[in-house]
Amino acid sequence: MSPVVENVSCPFCGCLCDDISVEVEEEAIVKVKRACTSGLGIFMDYDARPRRPLIAGREVEWDEAVAEAARILSAADSPLIYGLSSSASEAQRKAVALADRIGAVIDSTSSVCHGPTGLAMQRVGEPTCTLGEIRDRADLLVFWGCNPDASHLRHFSRFSLTPRGTLTPNGRADRTVYAVDVRPTGTAKKADHFLQVDIGSDFEVLTTLRLLVKGREPAADTVGGVPVARLQELAERMKTCRYGVAFMGMGLTMAAARQLNVAELFTLVAELNEYAKFSVLPMRGHGNVTGADQVLSWTTSYPFAISFARGYPQFGPGEFTAVDMLARRAADAALILASDPGAHFPGAAAAHLDRIPTIVLDHGPSVVAAKARVLFPTAAYGVDAAGTAYRMDNVPIPLKRVISTGRFTDEEILDRIIEAVE
Amino acid sequence: MSERLTLITGRTRKQAIGMHRGKSSPEYLEATGFVEMNADDMERLAIPEGGVTRLSTADGHVELRAQVGELPRGLVFVPMGTRINALIGVETSGSGMPSFKGLAVEVALAGEPGGAP
Repeated sequence: MSPVVENVSCPFCGCLCDDISVEVEEEAIVKVKRACTSGLGIFMDYDARPRRPLIAGREVEWDEAVAEAARILSAADSPLIYGLSSSASEAQRKAVALADRIGAVIDSTSSVCHGPTGLAMQRVGEPTCTLGEIRDRADLLVFWGCNPDASHLRHFSRFSLTPRGTLTPNGRADRTVYAVDVRPTGTAKKADHFLQVDIGSDFEVLTTLRLLVKGREPAADTVGGVPVARLQELAERMKTCRYGVAFMGMGLTMAAARQLNVAELFTLVAELNEYAKFSVLPMRGHGNVTGADQVLSWTTSYPFAISFARGYPQFGPGEFTAVDMLARRAADAALILASDPGAHFPGAAAAHLDRIPTIVLDHGPSVVAAKARVLFPTAAYGVDAAGTAYRMDNVPIPLKRVISTGRFTDEEILDRIIEAVE
Repeated sequence: MSERLTLITGRTRKQAIGMHRGKSSPEYLEATGFVEMNADDMERLAIPEGGVTRLSTADGHVELRAQVGELPRGLVFVPMGTRINALIGVETSGSGMPSFKGLAVEVALAGEPGGAP
């Protein structure tokens, strides 16, 4: 019988489900239990064959690749380090150390994800909690501009909708669920109540809810496509629940008003604590994007968009964020850590990556890896490397090594590059 | 015949599965290679189910197969991925975040079902 590794953490999304069972046969993963369809591929589609680094597509020795990466970074006037969110926090710390060493700009995928949430937190604070508290206590859930039915497939069963907790012994029956979105998503269909807002109207709807919570009457009958009577009903439920939680996502951060939407929701939640216990939790996408925010904040005081060009950390969203850096051609070299901006950035920003030398550390193929000047095929944390990742509620979760491939980790390669740069 | 509608991009289950297979895999290309539209919008623009549909912004254009989706009138949805990035501008309003949702987009039929997108 093949050995089975129990309680494995899946590093795909911010849920970091830590109850996965992985069956291993001769250092190959042959069966995975309890992973969702999004996480399953992390294990079952993993190409564990040993690979050597590449320079311009040519296989080379590791020393040569490290030397070439160090040469590129040492020669650059304005290097960019980007990604981080699908690596472990141990490697994220090394990425910061490298940025400090070479005077680089460092940014994570947060800037095209929950960066605006970070900006809102800086402005109004964060009334937060853990997923365990939500499972055990929350009786009112509001999913606002997020769709875990498509993005975090076990969130409902492990943390929010259906699990039986200390004060929610009847599971789903003990919870009232709202969804607020611009379209009837899968999440909206699982909710008890769906409020469909007009695109770009979240801020107005949230402001109206704040008015209603305070007992004031808005002048309009409908706001952002939602009848005020339905908002009044939600406001009353929010004030009278035992423990409410708002989950929020890209519907707020990517639409017009971005961080202003998020700040309005966070302010509403803070104000609700005059009436009931209420928290808000961003639905974090990449497995360790929360860790990227954590590590960057510990080490630099800022969660993303940081420049070390002057020898100390400067925060500059809109200036030191990767899309902006690339769009105005401000980066003359890039190190991409476990991320694929070639696939997920606006075309004009991604195009600049084709003009400058890139160094890519990744465990699998990607658009940016295919064009890398130097490619380091590293181990995947949670599969063939152990490490630490932060769940979406900022709880650190250990990632296990379930197979041994002998591949170097991101941390080891970054250490060697740090030693080699001038 | 074309009309200006509003684009949102977002995650889907199939897009996530396709990512693990590689962004040039058939699974990924199929999962990210369509536009969902409101049925009334499709009828008004004479876009049949599966019709090759051209989406254009000031930054670029892309042709995708159209399919009816559960969307309010005026809104179109495309899964996040390599295809749609040509339409997204680099303006971030000082936040670092481009407009992946709420982007004005010109929509028109470009070809019949069965034609190459």
